[in-house]
Amino acid sequence: MSPGEQIGSLRRKLFGDPARAFGSISLVLLVMLAISPAKNFFSEWRHYQKGYLKLVRTRADALTLQRHFSPGFQQIWLPEMGAVDRCTTCHVALKETSLSDVGAQPYRPHPPIPHSLTQFGCVVCHIGQGAATTVEEAHNSTKAWEQPMLPARYLESSCGQCHLGPLPGTPQLNLGRQLIARYGCVRCHTVMQPDGTRMMATDDPPSLEHIAEKTTREWIYAWIKNPQAYAVTASMPNFQLTDDDARDVSAFLMEQSRPLPAIHTQAAGKAGPASPDATAGASLYGESFCASCHAVQNAAGALVGGDLGPELTRIGSKAKPEWLEAWLRDPSRYDPDTKMPHYRFDPKNIATLAGFLEAKTDSDLLADVHLSEATPAQVQRGKALVAEYGCASCHEINGIKKPENFAPELSRVGSRSLAVLAFPEGVPHTLPDYIDAKVRNPRAFGPGLKMPQYTFTEQQRSAITTSLLALTDRAQTQPPALRTAAVHESNYRPAGKAGRLMRDLRCFSCHAINGRGGDMAPDLSWEGSSVQRPWLVEFLKNPETLRPALIRRMPRFNLTPDEINTLTDYMMVVYQTPTVDRDSMPVSSFTPDLVEQGRQLFYSKYACQSCHIVDPKKDKGYIGPALWSVGARLNGAWVYAYLKDPQSMRPGTLEPNQHLSDGEARSLTAFLMAQKSARQAAKK
Amino acid sequence: MKTRTTIAIFGGLVILAGCSRPKANPAPQATAHGTGLVEVSGGKQIAQAGRQLDQPVVVQVNDAQNNAVAGAAVVFRGPAGVSFNPASGPTDSSGQLSTTVTLGGVAGRYAIRATTTDTGGKSIELKLEEIALGYQQTLGRELNHQYCSRCHDPESTRERVSNYDNLTTKPHAFTEGDTLNKMSDADLMAIISHGGPALNKSPEMPPFGYTLSKSDIHAVISYIRAVADPPFHSAGVVYAKD
Repeated sequence: MSPGEQIGSLRRKLFGDPARAFGSISLVLLVMLAISPAKNFFSEWRHYQKGYLKLVRTRADALTLQRHFSPGFQQIWLPEMGAVDRCTTCHVALKETSLSDVGAQPYRPHPPIPHSLTQFGCVVCHIGQGAATTVEEAHNSTKAWEQPMLPARYLESSCGQCHLGPLPGTPQLNLGRQLIARYGCVRCHTVMQPDGTRMMATDDPPSLEHIAEKTTREWIYAWIKNPQAYAVTASMPNFQLTDDDARDVSAFLMEQSRPLPAIHTQAAGKAGPASPDATAGASLYGESFCASCHAVQNAAGALVGGDLGPELTRIGSKAKPEWLEAWLRDPSRYDPDTKMPHYRFDPKNIATLAGFLEAKTDSDLLADVHLSEATPAQVQRGKALVAEYGCASCHEINGIKKPENFAPELSRVGSRSLAVLAFPEGVPHTLPDYIDAKVRNPRAFGPGLKMPQYTFTEQQRSAITTSLLALTDRAQTQPPALRTAAVHESNYRPAGKAGRLMRDLRCFSCHAINGRGGDMAPDLSWEGSSVQRPWLVEFLKNPETLRPALIRRMPRFNLTPDEINTLTDYMMVVYQTPTVDRDSMPVSSFTPDLVEQGRQLFYSKYACQSCHIVDPKKDKGYIGPALWSVGARLNGAWVYAYLKDPQSMRPGTLEPNQHLSDGEARSLTAFLMAQKSARQAAKK
Repeated sequence: MKTRTTIAIFGGLVILAGCSRPKANPAPQATAHGTGLVEVSGGKQIAQAGRQLDQPVVVQVNDAQNNAVAGAAVVFRGPAGVSFNPASGPTDSSGQLSTTVTLGGVAGRYAIRATTTDTGGKSIELKLEEIALGYQQTLGRELNHQYCSRCHDPESTRERVSNYDNLTTKPHAFTEGDTLNKMSDADLMAIISHGGPALNKSPEMPPFGYTLSKSDIHAVISYIRAVADPPFHSAGVVYAKD
């Protein structure tokens, strides 16, 4: 039979007469009607639900698990958050902690988090298409859905949508936010936080209005070509300027600089020539605790010192000697907003320290920099470049205004549509990858872009991406009740003579008081309730560390007795907590019996010697402050209040609350207040 | 249908793990072969789930005399979600190959395998284990840094001096699985909340129940369980599936 005949015979068999035709068409109709239920029956989610029932059948708690299971479509609907999540249709065991040994998805229980899954749903944190019912559509991006699920490494960004301040469980998010502020990203990019405040930078780029007083054109040239060649810790990014660009920008910066006579007024002649005595310089550098804030690279290449001030490894190649001396005499004359305190150095010390610092040079740094006299055309071009690269976003520069909205606003960057983004080759088409690539190598996104090159590590970059992804539409539009606010720094300024003195000494660079200031040193808001006046006077004369395990960081400022009196009077009166009555626990009220009782508690019941030293011969613990002279340092009422609840007196302190009874706290206070000096302790 | 479903499950796993499926890496051309494969550094690291390990994983190929072999081909493999950069390569002049490892997005222990072949084409395998922390364990790690590690970690760092040597009764490092795995969650909860005397142990362990919340202490316990060595088995250790 030929193929034509075959078809003909088949047609006759099926549609030969009306009855056959009716039967065949009905059959076709039935099959077609069955397609939809069949699709439903064989759907992925049903498959997973069946798989789950099979999985739990053999388990010890099978009955409980089966009772918890509800078949069919599941949905979490949260209108106020705009979430319709059907994820729990397949992820059926999210709340079954007994299945924690199950490795295969979609049956893993959700790891413990502080939120209820029913209240927050899934996509609020994980992104993805919540309403979808297939694996592909729910997890990945499709033609109709841009945002795939958030990779686990960026998951903390979701916490940041509501939690505007740091959280203990989200180190990446916290680090990213710190970096964005620390590296001045927000000086060019506006970031409005969901609570309506603007994210502020925490870096301190110097004013360039008097730059010629401070350094040379050659150094500026080398610096702007590659800031990290001068200091590995430099926070200024690399603008990848050409030699010509750097020549012209340095020419313009020198040209716009105005003289600053104020820094020379007391200077000339008094200080004498810089002293070459390196030993004296090094010990003065150490005694003045410069290393608390400034780092220097040692011979092994490791950085030694703090990061509050600029690195000083090659300072001699940068600073002019006369500027350095003027700066050491009083930094605020050159930079009124500097974080550096005004040390009361005498002229001899200034010469010694300046000489020591001037010797920190690097002959390679400026070896290849040969600049001829700048022409007016170069200066003009330099000015144009400075304006073009937005240098004035960070630095004050004569003749150039701080640009407004210099770079794209990032307040909602976490919801940016992929359709409007141009991806360079090799970058996967997702938002996290886009942001990460942008931070890694901004100039790869096309010629003519101005964003400079940073030197972040992979970990830092991913932290920055995490914190940027938190800036979503949802964060901006959700009900304010869902937000937990960040603590913003107060604008507390102490008044009067003491206030001026505290500003001159830059106490707030390291200490916080009443919600403003640094975190390097203890909070002083309640210092007046806590310490005894004679101790504070001695401490300011000659600070010593209270914690044997800590490096002392508080410098001696060479204060006059008058200045010390002003400061202590002010602190003792003003920095008081209303919860401690200084006179409520006089030492005279402590009997020897009470002291002995306290000793027992200290050594036996509470083993305080694990962390504190009362008897320097016997006790070894050095994590907490040494207590051999605590009776001469602290106020009794404060000690009592502190023992009762350490965290309320010093938030974040390591000392655990021992839940002492009133009597125990009183005995311990009596024992501690009896510790007057190390000599007394040694005598026992 | 079955294959499709399998692919779908696998795809789902991969997506949930938050990383692209590692590309099958063909073994690089070997110019030399060794007889042994040893770890130089990088095992037993702790990182948050989905993140890159702080230190690279470095392995070394040795010959029968225990001399380093340069130019031997090494391939790294791990469970779904783990990625390596590079995933394979020849050993350098000191016989070593270093790779940066990014863990999968699910908390747990990740078994990582490095393989090389000897002259006869027989495969030599080295197993390493890395630890990925979830949210709760990360919180526990932060609390550990703040409150526990000064006494429980015998090692001092630049930022933190250890108090371990000053204590009469030596605390257990959290990695001491041999001891800590034998303690139930309830016992750990009791000793952290009420101090050493709660379990007839030293009062040098103070109570933290009035300082930390219950969920904070649960977080610390989950961290202790996560870093225990040997691993803690409550309901079987959770390995991410291959």
